Amino acid sequence: MLRMSQLTKTYRTDHVETRALLDFSLEVRAGEFVAVTGPSGSGKTTFLNVAGLLESFDSGSYELDGRDVTGLSDDDRSLLRNAKIGFIFQSFNLLPDLNVYDNIDVPLRYRRMKSSERRERIGAVLNLVGLAGRRRHIPSQLSGGQQQRAAIARALVGEPAFLLADEPTGNLDSTMAGEVMALLEQVNAAGTTIVLVTHDPQLSRRASRNVHIVDGRIVSA
Amino acid sequence: MIGYHLRLALESLRRTPGLTLLMLCAIAVGISTCIVTLTVYEGTSTDPIRWKSGRLYAVTIDSWDPNEAANPKRPNLPPTQLAYKDVKYLLTSDVPTRKAAMFRTQDIISGGGAADAQPVPITTRVTSADFFPMFDVPFLYGTGWSAQLDQGAEPVIVISRELNEKLFGGINSVGRTLRWNNRDFRINGVLNTWFPLPKFYDLNRGAFDALEDAYVPFGWAEALGRFPNGGRVACWRNDPIGSFQQFLQSDCVWLQMWVQLNDAASRRRMQAYLDAYWADQHQSGRFGRPRNNRLTDVRQWLIDQEVVDNDNRMLVGVAFAFLAICLLNTVGMLLAKFLKSAPGVGIRRALGATRGQIFWQYLCEAALLGAAGAALGLLLGALGLQGVHALYARGSIGPGGYQELTHVRWASVLWALMLALVATLGAGFYPAWRLARLPPASYLKSDQ
Repeated sequence: MLRMSQLTKTYRTDHVETRALLDFSLEVRAGEFVAVTGPSGSGKTTFLNVAGLLESFDSGSYELDGRDVTGLSDDDRSLLRNAKIGFIFQSFNLLPDLNVYDNIDVPLRYRRMKSSERRERIGAVLNLVGLAGRRRHIPSQLSGGQQQRAAIARALVGEPAFLLADEPTGNLDSTMAGEVMALLEQVNAAGTTIVLVTHDPQLSRRASRNVHIVDGRIVSA
Repeated sequence: MIGYHLRLALESLRRTPGLTLLMLCAIAVGISTCIVTLTVYEGTSTDPIRWKSGRLYAVTIDSWDPNEAANPKRPNLPPTQLAYKDVKYLLTSDVPTRKAAMFRTQDIISGGGAADAQPVPITTRVTSADFFPMFDVPFLYGTGWSAQLDQGAEPVIVISRELNEKLFGGINSVGRTLRWNNRDFRINGVLNTWFPLPKFYDLNRGAFDALEDAYVPFGWAEALGRFPNGGRVACWRNDPIGSFQQFLQSDCVWLQMWVQLNDAASRRRMQAYLDAYWADQHQSGRFGRPRNNRLTDVRQWLIDQEVVDNDNRMLVGVAFAFLAICLLNTVGMLLAKFLKSAPGVGIRRALGATRGQIFWQYLCEAALLGAAGAALGLLLGALGLQGVHALYARGSIGPGGYQELTHVRWASVLWALMLALVATLGAGFYPAWRLARLPPASYLKSDQ
């Protein structure tokens, strides 16, 4: 599903060079639920951005669902991202001016899907996350847990090959965090691969495998 | 996709009503300024008789002071008018297909339809029969007069549609009598609406001077001793002028003359005719300046007389510069607005939007703004032209003139729409491009 080999990523400014990922090799198989952990500044977010095709890398190779993404154009990476990856962020990243329905609709719009199919899919994911009755609410009218569920619905609506979750419960209280994790486990049980970036040991214990990063290198997998 | 982009654009504009209004005003004010100046410029630069302007020629001879040019600023040009004795001779030429001498006077007319009709002041063009067919003047009722009546065999008059409305309520007044300068004249024709802009055949009172109310055969000027009191008389010698006859025999220039020459051969013959006349007069002691006889077609005439002057051109330039400033402001505001939405763009990019899709989304917003700006600009432009109209309506100029000039034309409307579209798309291009090029990861919120 996801195979990174000898991958390096370095950030450069005029005076500073920061190696965010160094000889980074990782394989995630289809259906796995992998937790990526590590201290602040260890390279978790860089890994997430590279894995999500939001950033390029300097060397090494990266295969996503059997396709080598090295050297892909920005447009091709966008199309691949739209087709294969679902994002879940700590701060939800819902578009504040759109209601729940329209937020979930966004990735399908960029896929140029017919409106009847979009409607059907959105209805299904809304039922899955339990927000069918909140479809016309804008994000500020929802609780944190509801917002994260809406974000999960948006991540799932395109039926991606895998989900990238970045501290999905970081802004939630323990009850809501439990609900969200239960939902992710349900999604994983249904066959979706999940890569969860977190520094919460309680969350990482719920994953099927743990990968620990320090200073841009995998120290345990 | 375009529908989705337009919906997003509309919602985005609605979310920031103050900024949207500010940008709309910036575009609309710039556009409307361009509409007003372009309309005026178009009016001044249009060929008023383009279907035959290449066959109509103003006749001029340099009869001015041997020691000084008629126009010291442009010494290569002869005076724009002719002396009476020269016109009398030139009118005898059989080279032109049509020929007309003319001047303008101010008169009193009486004898309208109502029994208690009061005398009214009017302007008259004293001219030749060929004036009407040569300039394709349209008639509502009747016709002009024949060439036989040019020397005043019969007192006939042609009046404008407006004067006919004023005196007779717009009915067919052909055959009725009017009293012009204490003599009865029979109405031979009533003109239909006609307004050549600029008024190329007589620019002495400006390119946008109103048309005359009445037209009288040339011969009656001499018969009734009509001085050109509403036109321009220029004399370079201080000859004593005690009588009308002395005035007619003087070297003062006060008449315009136009001829129609249908081909190059007749133009050459007419030029030869002029040169021969000049040589004859030069031989006899007149025309002390170097030979400078001209047949000038309408387009060149308008250029020579600086109808489209540099001020006018500069005004258009200033208007466009003002539009550019308005658009630069709009670019700034759009850039600020668009960059504020960068986090949203980051999210959309993460969800699979390509750079092109982001670019078109924001360009749609600019286009929508441009369409609304154009509509508002058209409205403001129309109001601006109404303002110019009202300004000149207070003056002594009658129907036509600047008032005619300030009508909104379809060409101007099309210009404005194209201008607004191009301008706003131009204004939106850079901000939309910048936004589409933003690295998405740096705008995604992360608390890590």
